[in-house]
Amino acid sequence: MAEGARHHILSVLVENKAGVLARVAGLFSRRGFNIFSLAVAPTDEARFSRITIVVDVESAPLDQVVQQLDKLVNVVSITNLAPHEAVERELLLATVAVDPAERSQVIELVGVFGGEVVNVGADRLTIMLAGGPDKIDDFEGLLGTYGIVELQRTGRVALPKLTRAQPSIAEAG
Amino acid sequence: MRLTGAQALIKSLETQGVEVMFGLPGGAILPVYDPILESSIRHILVRHEQGAGHMAEGYAMVTGRPGVAIVTSGPGATNIVTPLSNAYMDSTPLVVVSGQVPTGAIGTDAFQECDITGVTMGITKHNWLVKSADDIPRTVAAAFHVATTGRPGPVLIDVPKDVSNAQMDWYWPSSIDELDLPGYSPVREGDPVAVRRAAQLMLSAERPVIYAGGGVLKARATAALRELAERTGFPVVTTLMGRGCFPDSHPQCLGMPGMHGNYTAVTSMQRSDLLIALGSRFDDRVTGKVDSFAPHAKVIHVDIDPAELGKVRRAEVAIAGDCRIVIEELIEALAAAGLDGRPAAGTGQPGATGRPGTPAADRPALDEWWEQLRRWQDEFPLHYERDEGGAVKPQMVVETLRDLSPGDTIVASGVGQHQMWASQYWRFDHPDTWVNSGGAGTMGFAVPAAIGAKVGRPDRTVWAIDGDGCFQMTAQELVTAAAERIPVKIAILNNAYLGMVRQWQEMFYAERYSEVYLSPDLPDYVLWAEAMGCVGLRVESSEEVAPAIDKANQIDDRPVVIDFRTDAFEKVFPMVPAGASNDAIVVHPEQDRNLR
Repeated sequence: MAEGARHHILSVLVENKAGVLARVAGLFSRRGFNIFSLAVAPTDEARFSRITIVVDVESAPLDQVVQQLDKLVNVVSITNLAPHEAVERELLLATVAVDPAERSQVIELVGVFGGEVVNVGADRLTIMLAGGPDKIDDFEGLLGTYGIVELQRTGRVALPKLTRAQPSIAEAG
Repeated sequence: MRLTGAQALIKSLETQGVEVMFGLPGGAILPVYDPILESSIRHILVRHEQGAGHMAEGYAMVTGRPGVAIVTSGPGATNIVTPLSNAYMDSTPLVVVSGQVPTGAIGTDAFQECDITGVTMGITKHNWLVKSADDIPRTVAAAFHVATTGRPGPVLIDVPKDVSNAQMDWYWPSSIDELDLPGYSPVREGDPVAVRRAAQLMLSAERPVIYAGGGVLKARATAALRELAERTGFPVVTTLMGRGCFPDSHPQCLGMPGMHGNYTAVTSMQRSDLLIALGSRFDDRVTGKVDSFAPHAKVIHVDIDPAELGKVRRAEVAIAGDCRIVIEELIEALAAAGLDGRPAAGTGQPGATGRPGTPAADRPALDEWWEQLRRWQDEFPLHYERDEGGAVKPQMVVETLRDLSPGDTIVASGVGQHQMWASQYWRFDHPDTWVNSGGAGTMGFAVPAAIGAKVGRPDRTVWAIDGDGCFQMTAQELVTAAAERIPVKIAILNNAYLGMVRQWQEMFYAERYSEVYLSPDLPDYVLWAEAMGCVGLRVESSEEVAPAIDKANQIDDRPVVIDFRTDAFEKVFPMVPAGASNDAIVVHPEQDRNLR
């Protein structure tokens, strides 16, 4: 995973208030920090949301990104997840153009990756796949040979791994 | 008690202890101006909202209390964007209240609508759009808390007109816990392990320099810094924002470092083996080219903002904390580690080598360093060509002002050559007497900032040392000063040019002068001053300098403006060219021979 060295995951707990995402995004843009991906959703506590940011740490030292983020008044806490210490998942939706001859190949590919065909058209399929970033990357690459009409990825969400003893389990799904 | 949002806002400001605010009314803020008529708060009606912002900054910088400004929506709010940016760069506590169009009209491009919380997001420490009158007291209390704690800075409260008009039940938050700031908890104490490591580094340093910045003033740490300096015998440089945090007349003070710092201050840092950065942030105007800045120095960096630690220069010991507290912790740690508790020399008595400020026998390791520093001071003092009978030298005007004004005079300045001469040639022996725009470099800062400073410290003489270019940007606020009887004094160093730009064009653009000439007498500064209700004086020769200043210092019932016609060819020296190493410092041409 070549990007592992360049990317770092920050799991940022923020107040669930209007404009907070703009504050976070604005900070990254004005300080010249690059965001690789970003996912936002409320947490189990309605006061707070969690923003999962995959940061390009070549654009700025990680510590500087964390310290500047921490200065935002609406940022409550920041968990720094190194890629090997986190369970990461992302969801992909793709619509693929398939002629009848290729249809079964694509469905088989989806099956191999553990994805799901969520919509079927006359000459198109919409496919969903959730998984770790590497798996999604591989799948996207293979799917590319069939003519992608539209493709959307959610950006990663992540949680810390429970123990170091279970890396293979964490990577399996 | 039922109040309108507007009444609650004013009552909140009163409860917060606000004595004065600077502002200008308009449509969306109209409801808030009504209860001002009954308020204990003095409102100073400015002529332009930028003036209100800089006045609030000047007030804050000399009192240490947050400055308060109040403006209407749209252009009223955007006019105060420059002061907010300025205060953000210089960590000045400001609370700006802006009116906003009614809640229901937000997002419709209503008359005088502007998304000012969006505009100011990156130049405030935080801002709030108040959606309900019930939130007003809590928001005001939170705004003051955020502006004044941790690294201070500006905040903005945007209040829609319907929120000002709505009714609410008055309350006042009884503790910080009620302010709804779950993500805000600034550090104060330093990490004791790091403090002990810093003390160890200090004890073994041979060429130490204390690099003191504006954070020392903000933390009210000047007495602690003096004790630290005197106990260690270390030399101290004071940055542009830190001028006055350690007395210029103290024998251990080396003066200002940086692009226009004096030779000894700049070179001491370059040759240092230990920099003790206290409330300073390795600004590019101090470091020059970062890669070659102080190449042999280990760094102890103390700052209340953890994000400053390691931002520009890696520190061997980084301590996040309040400067005063950490300096006191350092003094204790040094004593515990064996530094003699007696104040060292540096208090004016000749030291071991007979030179003032050379540390006494208990710190013999520093003798060699002090001898080197004194040699540089002897060889490369600040210097300009004195030309009696010729054109008035701007440096001479600053020196004469300094010598003829009380020692605790507050000096404000704009940005450019005059600012550098003021910082170089004034003798800052008292904290909070230097009011200038450091980080943002805001031309036009001096006049309104001086007015705000005089409002905050009416007992002090307040001089603005301004340039002719800067003066033309905000001079209209002298109408405010005259109307409100705020007797500030303005010295215009009128060289008929945008002087600093001219200097760069002369030195780095082959004397190709592009759009820098302003004319010495368009406008006529004396007539302009008189038209604004001030006394206007003009000085055209060196002999007239002192009498004019004496005359101005005797006027205490209205503002005074002196138009000093100064030498247009004078340049600020020393100078480190932009982007160059500090080792490439350019001294005055007459001192060139002293460089090997």
